[in-house]
Amino acid sequence: MALELVGSAPQKHDDLPLSIRGLTVSYGEKPAVFSVDVGFQPGQMTAIVGPNGAGKSTLLKAALGIVTPLSGQVRCHGRPLAEMRARIAYVPQRASVDWDFPARVLDVVLMGLYRDLGLLGRIRGQHRARAMECLERVGMEGFAARQIGQLSGGQQQRVFLARALAQGADLYLLDEPFAGVDAATEKAIITVLKDLKAEGATVVAVHHDLATVPDYFDRVFLINTTAIAEGPVAEVFTPENLQTAYGGRLALAQMGGAAAG
Amino acid sequence: MLWQALTLQLGYNATLVTLGAAMLGMAAGATGTFLYLSKRALVSDAISHATLPGVVLGFMAMVAMGSDGRFLPGLMLGSALSAGLGLLVVTWLTTRTRLAEDAAIGAVLSVFFGFGVVLLTVVQVMDAGRQAGLETFLLGATAGMLWNEAMLIAGGGALVLALVVLLRRPMTLVAFDPGYAMGQGISLRAVELVMMGLALGITVVGLKVVGLVLIVALLIIPPVAARFWSERVGAVVAIAGLIGGLSGYAGAAISATAPALPTGPIIVLTGFVLFVLSLLLAPGRGVLAAALRHLRFQRRVHLRQGLLALATGQPVYEPLTLRLMRRAGLVRADGVATEAGRAMAARARLDERRWQILRSDPQFEAAAARYDGLTPLEEVLTADQIAAVDQGLRPEGAV
Repeated sequence: MALELVGSAPQKHDDLPLSIRGLTVSYGEKPAVFSVDVGFQPGQMTAIVGPNGAGKSTLLKAALGIVTPLSGQVRCHGRPLAEMRARIAYVPQRASVDWDFPARVLDVVLMGLYRDLGLLGRIRGQHRARAMECLERVGMEGFAARQIGQLSGGQQQRVFLARALAQGADLYLLDEPFAGVDAATEKAIITVLKDLKAEGATVVAVHHDLATVPDYFDRVFLINTTAIAEGPVAEVFTPENLQTAYGGRLALAQMGGAAAG
Repeated sequence: MLWQALTLQLGYNATLVTLGAAMLGMAAGATGTFLYLSKRALVSDAISHATLPGVVLGFMAMVAMGSDGRFLPGLMLGSALSAGLGLLVVTWLTTRTRLAEDAAIGAVLSVFFGFGVVLLTVVQVMDAGRQAGLETFLLGATAGMLWNEAMLIAGGGALVLALVVLLRRPMTLVAFDPGYAMGQGISLRAVELVMMGLALGITVVGLKVVGLVLIVALLIIPPVAARFWSERVGAVVAIAGLIGGLSGYAGAAISATAPALPTGPIIVLTGFVLFVLSLLLAPGRGVLAAALRHLRFQRRVHLRQGLLALATGQPVYEPLTLRLMRRAGLVRADGVATEAGRAMAARARLDERRWQILRSDPQFEAAAARYDGLTPLEEVLTADQIAAVDQGLRPEGAV
């Protein structure tokens, strides 16, 4: 399986939008992610798929420097992460946030511009207009003045995506963007992500719904603490690979259905 | 006398002290907002109690070196060192052991404070003649404060306030969404260190005026009160600064008229009055506004239910519903619908049926989310869209 991984990421590995080498992350003594090598292809939508506790979110967080890895290297377009922050947009899980925070929807989207604004730069009309544009892209322009706690889960997720859009990045890392959202939100988000891909951006998302993987994504990265396989959906999203990733946790019939769908 | 104090007519020194306390309160309110929003407010309680050993040891050291011992910058330095040590211990206990933060705070707070009280007793026994009223650092006192001390407090407050304004964006990001903040390259540890450093600064600067027991109140009450008034973090910071400033100003002025009273409790009680006013009167989040809103909502629900019952010819039993409908002229005293009542009931019924169609039609999913049984459809859809909904209405018209 590891051979496939190397095969799908040829010599240019380090120049990819996001490349990870020898990454091991451990909370306590048990590694959550062990010695993972993976590169994410430019202009493609890749799903990170694996069972619960397989280290999917941890991999993203380590790639962003949110958790400190025990070992390993992360590079973005061949450069260290710290130099490339402006080109990376991250959409964290909704649960990680205090939703009673005193902020309106527009204020949250404006947070995506804080990097550009610096410490003291004033928020001007052009910034608000840009934030409104991003809200329109996710269909939330009518909610700009709402307190964020008044939104439904799906709407909150769309606001997070709008905040990421405001950054104007070309690499999007999303942690379970479709978890616990309504059908309308799921559609809105996937439309935006596909548009981003059409504009040349790279999208990497932790994804838990096997049934929608072939519809939504071009490539799949299967992980269960160690890397299982990475490649185009048609080649990698196979019952055999899923069996390896999920072990006994997934009935064969289910996997067959998911992989065929 | 109180009026003169509040209008700064009690002489140069009292005026300076009052303005210094106001500046300190503003800085404390603004700093406290970020502590409160990141749910770390109680850490400042550990910090403030941990200052006591430092104050007393600072005093002892200065006396040992042959000086008076009451030199405020020296006492501040001592308090900052021991508060910093207390903060380090809390951080170490929280990150390196399995102790939760509240337990670590409790342990540090009580041990440091206990040690400080012991030291204080020792000083009083040793140096009965010269013990310089160190116990005023417990509850704060402005009586007999020197000009340069007041300047030090005002300047320290202004410095902290400037730092809060400068660092408001990273602190906001970390308080709201630490994961995203880190993804943006912001160091969580650095921001937390800054936040705690600012709280420590407020504590040390406010020691003389508010006292170490109550300084935490000046950090917490203003933001909690300010939160009632706004849903935007920038405004909450500004309002908290205002409330803190007012508390410091009024507290110090009142205290100037009654020098025997400790200043800290007066400042804190002033802040508490502003808190109660905010709690009751703030529009939106205030208690009265919420009660009113609930009452109004209840009436709208009753009226709507009454109209729908009227439209379908069902009897209305609820006394409140009947009373509301009579008052609105929708039914007569004997419970029979008036002309206006029948017209409104028909409109309500039509509206409700349109909503039903809309909610079963996937193309209106977004609008359907706004259904609350009260909002007229005209406020949600355009005339064209309503016409589309009515397509589904006609076949059922006979029902």
